[in-house]
Amino acid sequence: MAGLHKSEFANPVINWIDTRLPVFTMLQKEYGVFPTPKNFNYFWNFGALAMVNLMIMIATGIFLAMNYQPNSELAFDSVQHIMRDVNYGWLIRYVHQNGASMFFIVTYIHIFRGLYYGSYKSPRELLWMMGVVILLLMMATAFMGYVLPWGQMSYWGATVITNLFSAFPVVGPKIVTLLWGGFSVDNPTLNRFFALHYLLPFVLIGVVFLHIAALHVVGSNNPLGIDVKTPQDTLPFHPYYTIKDSVGMCVYLIVFAILVFFAPNFLGDPNNFIPANPLQTPADIVPEWYFLPYYAILRSVPNKLLGVCLMFASILVLFVLPWLDTSRVRSARFRPIYRQLIWVWVAAFIGLGVCGAHKPEGVWVILSRVCTLYYFLHFLVILPLLGKLERPLALPESISQPVTGGRGGGPLPSGATTKPMEKA
Amino acid sequence: MADSPAATNTHHGHSADVTKRDLLQLITGAGAAILGGAIAWPLIDSMNPAKDVLALSSIDVDLAPIAVGQGITVMWQGKPIFVRHRSAEEAKEADAVPLSQLNDPQADKARVKPGHPEWIVVIGICTHLGCIPLGNKTTDMRGEWGGWFCPCHGSQYDTSGRIRKGPAPTNLPVPPYAFESNTKIKIG
Amino acid sequence: MRALRSLMAGIFAAGLLAAPVLASEEAPHPPAQKWSFGSVFGTYDLASAQRGFQVYSEVCANCHSMRLLHYRDLAGIGFSPEQIKAIASNVTVPMGIDDQGAPKEGKGTPASKFRSPFPNDNAARAANGGALPPDLSLIVNAREGEYDYIFALLTGYAEPPAKFAMQDGMNYNKYFPGHQIAMPKPLSDGQVTFADGTSASVEQMSRDLVMFLTWAANPEMVERKQMGVRIVLFLILMTGLTYAVKRKIWADVH
Repeated sequence: MAGLHKSEFANPVINWIDTRLPVFTMLQKEYGVFPTPKNFNYFWNFGALAMVNLMIMIATGIFLAMNYQPNSELAFDSVQHIMRDVNYGWLIRYVHQNGASMFFIVTYIHIFRGLYYGSYKSPRELLWMMGVVILLLMMATAFMGYVLPWGQMSYWGATVITNLFSAFPVVGPKIVTLLWGGFSVDNPTLNRFFALHYLLPFVLIGVVFLHIAALHVVGSNNPLGIDVKTPQDTLPFHPYYTIKDSVGMCVYLIVFAILVFFAPNFLGDPNNFIPANPLQTPADIVPEWYFLPYYAILRSVPNKLLGVCLMFASILVLFVLPWLDTSRVRSARFRPIYRQLIWVWVAAFIGLGVCGAHKPEGVWVILSRVCTLYYFLHFLVILPLLGKLERPLALPESISQPVTGGRGGGPLPSGATTKPMEKA
Repeated sequence: MADSPAATNTHHGHSADVTKRDLLQLITGAGAAILGGAIAWPLIDSMNPAKDVLALSSIDVDLAPIAVGQGITVMWQGKPIFVRHRSAEEAKEADAVPLSQLNDPQADKARVKPGHPEWIVVIGICTHLGCIPLGNKTTDMRGEWGGWFCPCHGSQYDTSGRIRKGPAPTNLPVPPYAFESNTKIKIG
Repeated sequence: MRALRSLMAGIFAAGLLAAPVLASEEAPHPPAQKWSFGSVFGTYDLASAQRGFQVYSEVCANCHSMRLLHYRDLAGIGFSPEQIKAIASNVTVPMGIDDQGAPKEGKGTPASKFRSPFPNDNAARAANGGALPPDLSLIVNAREGEYDYIFALLTGYAEPPAKFAMQDGMNYNKYFPGHQIAMPKPLSDGQVTFADGTSASVEQMSRDLVMFLTWAANPEMVERKQMGVRIVLFLILMTGLTYAVKRKIWADVH
């Protein structure tokens, strides 16, 4: 019986399958007994939440696609048909529409977690880079999805964003024509955006799978940022973290439900209730809220090409972040200066978001330039220097012994230490 | 070159053999690349404008029915194009404006075709926020400079389509076009 | 570093303060009105919405279409099937092509779309001095300020201030961006006669019309909010339960 897997499951059906295809053994190993640092706080919920959010988007999206018409003549009305006539159509559509916002909220917090606790540092560089790929794919998917309702903001947002590529010399205009499939955003554009909007989430699943596979090779980071040393430092993923993630998921669903049921258009734009009209531009074209920081970076410089390059660079810089941050200490908890500066960076990012929502006039131009400057300064100058200049605090010896100088290893008497995982 | 450890480890006697194998690999690799490109290109090119879209990429406009002072609007590539028949005085006046008086300095000569100063052809989308300016019909408001007037935010263009007053940053752009005959132009 | 952080916060706050200053140069904010559908538990006032439908059909429908609505949808504001049938049969709608190939018209049915005043946008523009009367199906959602704005607009017609330069054929409105609106004052006191005896003041008609238009744009709202209340309550319960289970599981971990 060479080659057959020796399954330990008692249930004969599961055992029969598992012997031939050890999926249950794998599940048990990766999600059952998988050793996970015991000191996670609630920030560690957001990866699982993002995964759940992706599933919600795919499920609602498939059912929306059954009633949506990707044709410039019919698209707007077909969305209203879903809203008015299809059974529970309004629910599915509002969940999908607000799910995009929830996805970005969850993902941005997930990324912040990684930045704060140094989850991008060795040996998790590739894991982090795959995360940046996921972010890029999410952005592309969200952008194309926003075009589908074919309202005024869909149309003009698509026009403005695709026109960005025309900033590149020589090939720029050719690329734009290729993207449009014509000489302006039109039916061919809508059609291909629908095809890609349907495809990309499945590509996302693939990259998410790799992201998780890489995570399970190197193991999770934790709020202390120190490596797992002994089995006392870890807990099996199930039931400890399955239940903890469930708590977070309930809270997440409450926020989601409040958006969907009581303020479904709060994050939307009134202009998108007007069908797309190529002959009339809305007074103020703004992207969806989750793109506003990048939009502000784009507009912070008067030169179009430079603006486009800066905007792309603002994401691409994340790819090299593991090598820009020279500090050997992961968690901001033990980096007294970084712990302050990361909040300055967050303020700059939010500040950019606020700038992006306003016309680039007066104070907004200055503010967006200051924030753009800090955004890049933080990554390109401060982080490389800080690792050399900053004196980190003393690291604890191990996760199960968070107080430095105490006895190493060994089980602790119950109630002897605080519970770091209760800190959010 | 592809197989560097082998290349460094071989002695003189084998080098001819290795070179032959390298060349073979190179040719096969190049062939595979050509095959890949040949498969990819039809897919990529299918995203470019299709024949029905290309059919509308250029249009012919008959100028004969447009009386002096009148203008017409034609659609080209999804954009409105203003074609205006200026009077001789208007053309002369537009040509005489000193460039220092213009917000976006451009001579009238550079905006019309040589030998046809009475015809001005511009893309009729306000350069401020993309509204469609008024002024092509004789009954429309044409603004202080007798050209076009944008009702949205009050931008005023002269008879050459140049911005003279208001928030618009640049002149109305001139689309690529050519005179096929004295009474016919081809836009695009 | 703390100084740096507070500096950033200061810039941020300055930006927020600057926003209303910039905005105030445009039209004034429409004052918030009290609406029956305003709260989390709010519902549409059906009698008001029905009066609003009357105002729409007798006044607005002469120029404005509501192309996303069907007569059957009127069940949502409490019209009975007989009433809907009667309303629909009062209008003439296109019925496709007859045996000779000519376009045919006939009496509307509950499944018919609301009759449009003009066959297409160009006809609508031509009949209205070049300005296109917008479709009203989604008008409440399609305007900044939503129902409050529509109400403010309907009741915001006034004489222009002394120095204000008006263009020909435009009308002054306090709340319209730019203050010059192509639509003449649509409502005047006593313009319609309500069957229930409600006095038809401009304010009353505007209020009823906005009730109707808000329903037209968001027909699912009442069902949505009621479902939402139940779901959120259920989720709060689930959060409590899950947290209790979590505490129990984690009780002996330190």
